[in-house]
Amino acid sequence: MSVVVEVMPKPEILDPQGQAVLSALHRLGFTEVTSVRQGKRFELTVEGEVDEQTLARLEQAAATLLANPVIEDHRVSGSSAHAEPSA
Amino acid sequence: MRVGVVTFPGSLDDGDAARAVRYAGGVPVALWHGEDDARGVDAVILPGGFSYGDYLRCGAIARFAPVMRSVVDRARAGMPVLGICNGFQILCEAHLLPGALIRNDVRTFVCRDQALRVETAATAWTVDYAAGQRIVVPLKSGEGGYVADGATLDRLEGEGRVVVRYVEGNPNGSMRDIAGVASEDGRVVGLMPHPEHAIEPLTGPGTDGLGFFTSVLASVATA
Repeated sequence: MSVVVEVMPKPEILDPQGQAVLSALHRLGFTEVTSVRQGKRFELTVEGEVDEQTLARLEQAAATLLANPVIEDHRVSGSSAHAEPSA
Repeated sequence: MRVGVVTFPGSLDDGDAARAVRYAGGVPVALWHGEDDARGVDAVILPGGFSYGDYLRCGAIARFAPVMRSVVDRARAGMPVLGICNGFQILCEAHLLPGALIRNDVRTFVCRDQALRVETAATAWTVDYAAGQRIVVPLKSGEGGYVADGATLDRLEGEGRVVVRYVEGNPNGSMRDIAGVASEDGRVVGLMPHPEHAIEPLTGPGTDGLGFFTSVLASVATA
């Protein structure tokens, strides 16, 4: 079973990578884009069903290693099938 | 006096850090990241480089290397620890120092001789400087932007824990021009610029960096 962890720079933290992507989009003519923030997505495969306990443990994993709470927000979500990109 | 220099996979400046310790009159001791224990050293340096390829975040994986458990425990008990560049990033990830380092606002790797102001001589690694002294040491980093929330920055300033500040231009977007900070007890110091590259005129821009390494010898001798 899969669990997805999404990590994003906090809104107040400068995101130079997102800014560089935004400038490139503008150069390519996609001028309707006004902001880009770049984050990370982790797809974790775990044994057995993803229950509350698993999610709580992986929340801990995310806060300890996958994200740095000083500069990043994260979200842990379970998925019964293979990991789907979030809408 | 024995100063441990940790080598992680991807460390680059462990050799120069050990050499700086030797120039200052100390005995460098090579510590491997996989060792469980940093016994037998009086201080530790976490050198620059790209530990674990900077995967995930700079310093995020090195923080959990076996040797770090001992380094963190002993640092909390007062052993001096200096983190240079990647070592600073590791100390922040390990929560021995507050804040974090993010990608330079200029979006490019910055490599230059950088002017700094030493803001405090009241740390284990800066007693041989005078507060307000201008020094020049190399800076070479892509993710050197120091960030922390406003309350943390105010506390650092109020408690005299900003150790070095960029002067004559902020090279990377660091908040309040902060180049290095100290722990509450002044024993743990992290900075992005590289004092170990400025210890003798042949190989560096001068000798301004040597003071970090002579300072810790004095600090341990009097502790």
